[in-house]
Amino acid sequence: MNVPANLKYTDSHEWIRTEPDGTLTIGITDHAQEALGDLVFIELPAVGRTVKAGEAVAIVESVKAASDVYAPVAGEVTGANTEVVDAPEKVNADAYTHWLYKLKPASAADVGKLLDAAAYTKVIGEA
Amino acid sequence: MLRQTPLNAAHRAAGAKMVDFGGWEMPVSYGSQIEEHHAVRRDAGMFDVSHMLAVDLTGDEARAFLRYALANNVDKLAVRGKALYSCLLRPDGGILDDLIAYFLREDAFRIVVNAATADKDVAWLNALIAGRASELALTPRRDLAMIAVQGPNARDKVWQALPESRAASEPLKPFVAVEFGEYFIARTGYTGEDGFEITLPVARAAELWAALTAASVRPCGLGARDTLRLEAGMNLYGQDMTEAENPLESGLAWTVDLASPRDFVGKAALSATSIRLQQVGLLLQGRGGVLRSHQQVLTANGGGEITSGTFSPTLAQSIALARVPVGVAPGDTVAVEVRDKKLDARVVKPPFVRHGKALVS
Repeated sequence: MNVPANLKYTDSHEWIRTEPDGTLTIGITDHAQEALGDLVFIELPAVGRTVKAGEAVAIVESVKAASDVYAPVAGEVTGANTEVVDAPEKVNADAYTHWLYKLKPASAADVGKLLDAAAYTKVIGEA
Repeated sequence: MLRQTPLNAAHRAAGAKMVDFGGWEMPVSYGSQIEEHHAVRRDAGMFDVSHMLAVDLTGDEARAFLRYALANNVDKLAVRGKALYSCLLRPDGGILDDLIAYFLREDAFRIVVNAATADKDVAWLNALIAGRASELALTPRRDLAMIAVQGPNARDKVWQALPESRAASEPLKPFVAVEFGEYFIARTGYTGEDGFEITLPVARAAELWAALTAASVRPCGLGARDTLRLEAGMNLYGQDMTEAENPLESGLAWTVDLASPRDFVGKAALSATSIRLQQVGLLLQGRGGVLRSHQQVLTANGGGEITSGTFSPTLAQSIALARVPVGVAPGDTVAVEVRDKKLDARVVKPPFVRHGKALVS
């Protein structure tokens, strides 16, 4: 299973990349897309929405099931990737290129507490 | 411990994701279930349906017994090999299972029932037989495997894999089967496409699966089987109908013959019941989610519920079967509660897709 070393993760299967300006780019992991199967619907949060850590902010639905996507840390939504709304299957094809939304974290220190690749690999039982 | 079909190793070797289905370990997909779905609509796919159970009923009174035990009328079976879809009902009209009955000989019928209900069905039929004086034998055939090959090119590819069977199976009309040596080949299926369902000895299953693979028939899992049957407007037992519902409110009135003088289990209850609900198809309007079982449906005639919902790969839109109040009609717009939203859906008459063609839009 693909777990890039340069990203942070949550145990609810989101990946997080910190951009140079401090904003976070967030998607679902390769493990998550594999478990869900063919994605057919994605709903993203409105830009400007303030979210708490652990809050359900997006929905991904496959043919089989619907799943919430959670905010890894508190912050404000600064972007949503409409490309995946129009073509959810792109997340199946490459979960790390096709991000879902961007978040400006309330506290940069919170990001440091997220899982690293090694810890997430253990979460999905592939260590 | 989950039960395994004789093709378990073949599924694993092909990279299948395996799940528990009615106590059986079955492939849900071998990769993309949407691609498997398209393979069946456009070319040919195959399903291991060995978890389903064939039960042979033999004895001089076989037809008379089934005339009473089944809600549909076995007297429609005049030609050898002909198949009949029927419900097995409780005396109160609740649905114990749905099945296919094949007419083999005047003293022999084969019934194919669902996996999760197989033990219950056999016990039920044996109890009915015990209440009659006639000599009837009911033989569950766990020595047999079943492979469904479906799609516009399915029959041609079966003949590539099993050339010697062609002469016997080519003349088959839809919904008719033929015994060919160790094989029982039926022109039936659960996808809305042409094809065969092949019943054969367990020991022969892996060999046929490999030959079909060599003929470029794509292995398909339960995921694709569900989207295909839902597009075809076919019920799934346990979801679109249960013991708590009767066939008249489950879209199956066409399988129940109340007008004829024939008596059958459940007839009196069905004749006395007042029908308040009906099955309809729903086509989601716009985007906003995926219709799923147990979502509430709001109509001008009262509330209803989705019994099966999914994303239709052929229509690229979400579709559902729902049980709604009588009076709701095709063309109506209803609202479905999806999470915190109410989404519009149009009422349609199933099926949604047949033989690769969309029937609704």
